[in-house]
Amino acid sequence: MELTRKLLIHNELGLHARAAAKIVSLAGGYRSLLYIKKGDHEVDGTSILSILSLACPKGTEVLARAVGEDSEALIDALTRLFEQKFGEAR
Amino acid sequence: MSSSQKEKVKKLRGIAVSPGIIIGKARLVDRSRVKILYQYLVNDQQVSREVDRFKEALHAAKEQIASVKNKMPEQIRKHAFILDTHLMIMDDSMFSNATIQTILSEKINAEWALKKSVQNIEKLFTQIEDRYIKERIVDVQYVAERVLRNLAGKEQEDLFEIKERVIIVAHELSPADTSSINTSKVMGFITDGGGRTSHAAIMAQSLKMPAIVGLETVTHHVHDGTLLIVDGQTGEVIIDPDDEEIILYQEKQLQRERFESSIIRLSHLPAETVDGFRVAVRANIELLEEVVAAKDNGAEGIGLYRTEYHYLRSSDLPKEEELFEDYKEVAEIIAPDPVTIRTLDLGGDRVSAGIALTRETNPALGLRAIRFSLREVVLFKSQLRAILRASAFGNVQLMFPMISGLQELLDARRILEEVMQELDSESLEYDRHIKVGVMVEVPSAVTVADILARHVDFFSIGTNDLIQYALAIDRVNENVAYMYQPFHPAILRLIRQVVEVAGKAEISVALCGEMAGDPLCAPILLGLGIDELSLNTARIPIIKKVIRTLSLQESKNDMEKIFHLETATEVLDFIRGKMQPLLKELEQKGLINSTNNQNKGASLHHG
Repeated sequence: MELTRKLLIHNELGLHARAAAKIVSLAGGYRSLLYIKKGDHEVDGTSILSILSLACPKGTEVLARAVGEDSEALIDALTRLFEQKFGEAR
Repeated sequence: MSSSQKEKVKKLRGIAVSPGIIIGKARLVDRSRVKILYQYLVNDQQVSREVDRFKEALHAAKEQIASVKNKMPEQIRKHAFILDTHLMIMDDSMFSNATIQTILSEKINAEWALKKSVQNIEKLFTQIEDRYIKERIVDVQYVAERVLRNLAGKEQEDLFEIKERVIIVAHELSPADTSSINTSKVMGFITDGGGRTSHAAIMAQSLKMPAIVGLETVTHHVHDGTLLIVDGQTGEVIIDPDDEEIILYQEKQLQRERFESSIIRLSHLPAETVDGFRVAVRANIELLEEVVAAKDNGAEGIGLYRTEYHYLRSSDLPKEEELFEDYKEVAEIIAPDPVTIRTLDLGGDRVSAGIALTRETNPALGLRAIRFSLREVVLFKSQLRAILRASAFGNVQLMFPMISGLQELLDARRILEEVMQELDSESLEYDRHIKVGVMVEVPSAVTVADILARHVDFFSIGTNDLIQYALAIDRVNENVAYMYQPFHPAILRLIRQVVEVAGKAEISVALCGEMAGDPLCAPILLGLGIDELSLNTARIPIIKKVIRTLSLQESKNDMEKIFHLETATEVLDFIRGKMQPLLKELEQKGLINSTNNQNKGASLHHG
């Protein structure tokens, strides 16, 4: 099963190392594959270096795509992570 | 380099990143890069052995990092995520899989293949514009270095193992290194590389460990056991000091320790005179990050929050939301004590990239501060909205800078009223009764203070600009800087006038220039009736201590005499005479530095 969803980066620092690390750990807990796309560029959502290389500041919209049996659960959890600003205060 | 050459350099200066003086023996930690040789693998057996070798080295590296993480001292645990990042990099397909693929496809040794992976990642990162993300390439390099050392069978010395009282000297320290420093033994560290914002610098501050980075060549001039003096305040390292230098620095060390303990013991006591008059001592800050330090140093609120940083930081103007979050956090941390937020004091010499400003021949008298805000209404409104919205989260006060007459104040208040109505219509919360005040820093504002007082809740006297404008002295002009005199009778009269007017109008009056942080000014400001001072955080403990030794009644009596004096020099001599015993005590304790008198003293003797 494949599922995609648009997500907005709310936190002040954008997708920096700590936030990217949280995406990678989250994705590690699911069977589905995760891809993150910014513009035309799609990268492996389990690679911290690839996510960092997207260089997403606050306000960036990315497209998350999950492929696999638990893709819905993964995308939902990811949405929460984005909404909670990756656990950051601002 | 031979040892005789090593003796030659005596002193080095680097970037001081964490204060404190330490005297001790050097311990060199070898963090030089492993040399990488190219090797072509001749058969499949070799290839598969090479893959295994890489996997083992990678596995070992992960275990090493995990072990460092587990043993990390409590006070730096909040930095542990960097090590998690390192673990993730090692699992990253661009790092591990790519290397294995290169070994297999190109039949080359693990070291060379890893080097290629790192180069590819470097290429990717050089295209990134965000400086912070770009710098993360150093984490990839640290991790690669560790794997390479494991491949070479070169034991990486674990800093946990250092059990003597030493000063670590290294070319560079990785996050894993600084995380594994044995804080009860290691006195501090100095490195060739690194900068003010490098990870090592931040860790040193968290560990409260003296450190100097960016020394460039220190590892060339020091060997194991060399005696060192490290001054984390000045960034100076003395190699093989003589007895005299050791004694000098031991004294400095003692002074510093006394200073620290006096801060801890006394900074939270109120600034109350011997006859029971209480002065509110608040902090001048520029960044959200300074609030906690201000509280720790005993600040009873933020008397002046300068808001220029967000406007100067980048080429884009800050968004209302960003400002709001920032102001809100300051208000929340300092509550229930107040924070006085001053609206933008930009213009003049401090040109922002986001706003087109024309060059002015006389910026101090040009389009700046409130004049600028009244012209750039959209920008002004966005800041006022942010301040008002933050007022729902603490004790926020609003202050307009550089008001020179009533019209500007009325114009500013009209815009403020409009913004309040906007917020009402959007049902956004704010403090309807927010206290609004003005900086009194233009001489004309002093002259019409009685008029202004009817329209504000408080005054805050900005002495730096007031002195400059009243005495027509540009303090950065060396030819006339000596005439910048806080003790000039004209300045004292101006302050007295503001205090008297504020008293009649029953509004409060604070003082927030450098005078507030000068121990010599304290009796004068007290005698003039100022009951709120706002100053740089670092000066708060000293000023509180000085106030605790003074008497309000005596200071008032002294002011009577001081108003009969005719020159700044006479005033200063009078104050020095009165305060001699206290000044001597403060100097002996290292609380004030006689040679470091900010803006008067020596220069005043010219006048």
